Amino acid sequence: MPDIETTASQLAEALKKYKADYIEARLERSQRSHITYRGKELESAGQSTAVGGNIRALVRGGWGFVSFNDFNDLNQRIELAVKQATLVGREESRLAPVEPIIDTVASKQDAPLDIPLAEKKKLLDEYNQIIWRTPSLQTSVIGYADSHQETIFLSSLGSYIKQPRTDITIRLSAVAAEDGDVQQANLSLGSRGDFSPMRRLHKEVEEMAKHAVAMLSAPRVKGGEYTVVLDPVLAGVFVHEAFGHLSESDFVYEDDRLRQVMVLGKQFGSKELNIVDSATVPGLRGSYKYDDEGVPATKTYLIKEGKLVGRLHSRETAAKMGEKPTGNARAINYRYPPIVRMTNTYIEPGKTSFKDIIADIKEGVYAKNWFGGTTSMEMFTFSAGEAYMIRNGKIAEALRPVVLTGNVFTTLNNIDAIGNDLDMNQGGGCGKGGQYPLPVSNGSPHIRISKCLVGGS
Amino acid sequence: MENILALARKTAEASEIFEVAAEETSVQFETNRLKHIQSKQSTGIALRIIKEGRLGYATTTETGDVKNLIDSAVETARFGMPAKFQLPPSTPYPRIDTFDPAVEATPLEDMEKLGQELIEIIIAHTPEILCEAEVSKDTISVKLINSSGGQAEYKKSIFSAGIMGSLIRGTDMLFVGESQSSCNPITQPKEIAEVVIQQLELAKNPASVNTAQLPVIFTPRGAASALIPSLATAFNGKTVLQGASPIGNKLGKKVFDAKISLWDDPTIAFRPHSRPCDDEGVASRRTPLIEQGVVASFLYDLQTAALANTESTGSGDRGGGLPSPAPSALIIAPGKTSMDDMIKDIKEGLVIEQLMGAEQGNILGGDFSGNVLLGYKVESGKIVGRVKNTMVSGNVYEVLKELTAVGSRAEWVGGFLCTPPLYCPRLSVASKG
Repeated sequence: MPDIETTASQLAEALKKYKADYIEARLERSQRSHITYRGKELESAGQSTAVGGNIRALVRGGWGFVSFNDFNDLNQRIELAVKQATLVGREESRLAPVEPIIDTVASKQDAPLDIPLAEKKKLLDEYNQIIWRTPSLQTSVIGYADSHQETIFLSSLGSYIKQPRTDITIRLSAVAAEDGDVQQANLSLGSRGDFSPMRRLHKEVEEMAKHAVAMLSAPRVKGGEYTVVLDPVLAGVFVHEAFGHLSESDFVYEDDRLRQVMVLGKQFGSKELNIVDSATVPGLRGSYKYDDEGVPATKTYLIKEGKLVGRLHSRETAAKMGEKPTGNARAINYRYPPIVRMTNTYIEPGKTSFKDIIADIKEGVYAKNWFGGTTSMEMFTFSAGEAYMIRNGKIAEALRPVVLTGNVFTTLNNIDAIGNDLDMNQGGGCGKGGQYPLPVSNGSPHIRISKCLVGGS
Repeated sequence: MENILALARKTAEASEIFEVAAEETSVQFETNRLKHIQSKQSTGIALRIIKEGRLGYATTTETGDVKNLIDSAVETARFGMPAKFQLPPSTPYPRIDTFDPAVEATPLEDMEKLGQELIEIIIAHTPEILCEAEVSKDTISVKLINSSGGQAEYKKSIFSAGIMGSLIRGTDMLFVGESQSSCNPITQPKEIAEVVIQQLELAKNPASVNTAQLPVIFTPRGAASALIPSLATAFNGKTVLQGASPIGNKLGKKVFDAKISLWDDPTIAFRPHSRPCDDEGVASRRTPLIEQGVVASFLYDLQTAALANTESTGSGDRGGGLPSPAPSALIIAPGKTSMDDMIKDIKEGLVIEQLMGAEQGNILGGDFSGNVLLGYKVESGKIVGRVKNTMVSGNVYEVLKELTAVGSRAEWVGGFLCTPPLYCPRLSVASKG
């Protein structure tokens, strides 16, 4: 059984011997467990362990990357990574300078893997019973998963960083059916290792199940433009999809046209709008001390008073754009190289109360709760788990789930009210470049968007 | 593997070991230039046991750590689902070609050259475009043994090539792309490049539609993004068993347009999703799902089939851990109408090449709603340009109940789907104009 500490100390010396502009290695040991329910029965329970590592080399601007879970003959793997990088490299290597760091980040005691499977199952049984108390329910799905990872990062600069990462996710769905019509409602929550939030979902689970049944008799919204109010959870997904991805510099750094579009100082929204990405907030799912290139995490303002003021960087994108690294290079596991990713992304709170936000809306849509979201950079879509009409300043009838879409360059400008009630959404995970799901969080206060396109009948 | 099985048999009534070893190499281009070469080696072992009638499951990458693997599986078997099936004994499998040694033997230089040629063809057409491209080769070895004496072993090679181009003018962005995969090496860039060039040609001029009910043609790629996620879920035996499939009680009934026939086929030679047996060792076969509009059958693995009182269709898939029913490759039979004739038939309507966000709707119920990421307006029988800021919404079952036409030429999309274009008479379109 390979021991990653011993392997790391051997590698630390070896990395310096090769002819490359930069070499790093990441070794990882992980444990996971999962429990799923489908309908009234437990469907599957399983546990897994994995050990693996990778070597990444940079030669004249070209990257080589080798991942493995066979630890024999590591020198040959380093040689392969260097050889690949040499084949690619045709220019000058550029990486933003960072200080080498030697650090061991302490592992938390309350690891979810120490909680016996039987105890986790008991909790999920309680939730399933609540779901099944709801009349006219067809079926339900519950997925619980936790993971704990120990990572050692080494670089030819002399860095040696040992960091733990724990992640817990739960997703519950209730499905109601009637005459061939099927409706579902979902609840999703995550945590960076603390199991206690998972224990407090009884009331929300009950509401979710009732909502699935209620939607069978709800109408579909008529498609078109509406004034839309988003709750903090959905507004968090909106800021992640609509703006967050566009601020990831790997899309921008070698694309001159996009650099002109994303020039710092450009006005994207009103003076009230502030958007932040920060891995330094303690205890959130996207939080960490160092990223997967060994760069310390930072708090980065992306938009301040409506203006573009910053973006998310790896060491390479920062160097090529002449900006400071922000510690946003992340990889979901040892099988992938780090790429520029968000961490915890949110809209800062404003001053308006929810009551005032909806007060002067004659006809609009109140969209709540996260279901999904995706972006093509210019255009994005995101879908709400719950939706209601707003009529004459009041929340009115429930609607079937809605999908909203927009164009980032106009929609941020159309945010005309920002609430005072910031809340972070810890559910879901982010996908990019085949790396999914990466633990992130996002959040916002209630926001109001004028002229938002809503799909419907 | 044999030693794990021998040890597991001491504590469990039945056990099964599934091992996958893979080697993957890819050459990646960014902003028209070679940027990365990656290689990935991985091995994983999954142990499934039946102990006191219940299923236990554990996986590891550490082939030496047998005790921990067995202990983990035994712990989960305390709560596991009661096993209703028996592991299959040794059975003959169909001979299905999935391995070509030429894939593994393809030198990095040839892979780089293919990527470079793809980019050069696209740039020659549109000089200001920026392309990302990836050419990769994988070799996968699968082995399975179980305590009933069942055993399976096969090798698969997969070669893939894909390109995505972005064309940015101010804040107007256009994304085009195509990818192909096969168990044989791909050597010519032409077929992939032609798809991308056609997308660029059709998207040259901007066009706008009104918010209205309009006829819509889904290209094969458009159908994959808008319609297939719901169908794949509805024909899953598990969804049917739970009563959550809208077609679950419609077996033998006509639910879809008579022009539609759909089947699952893991037996086509040299297709990336083909295999002699599924991930539980059940022989592969072609399974009809829709026959001329009539619901013909659903997809089952061993456990789901046992619970539903039927037979496994050889659809046990380990994508997410324990085997679960999943399609291998979905095929929709071509119809009689050419794409040109479909377009000629439309006075005002849309051709949808990619719908973004459609899979975020109510997949179970079949409702979809998405932003037209790449789509064209048809005016008086001609494609006139690209539409933007446009949403299309509908319900898969309503759309497929009545189609105006099914295209005469089917195309592979991403290795998992082969479909002709589908022409539906009306869909709800919302637009910012």
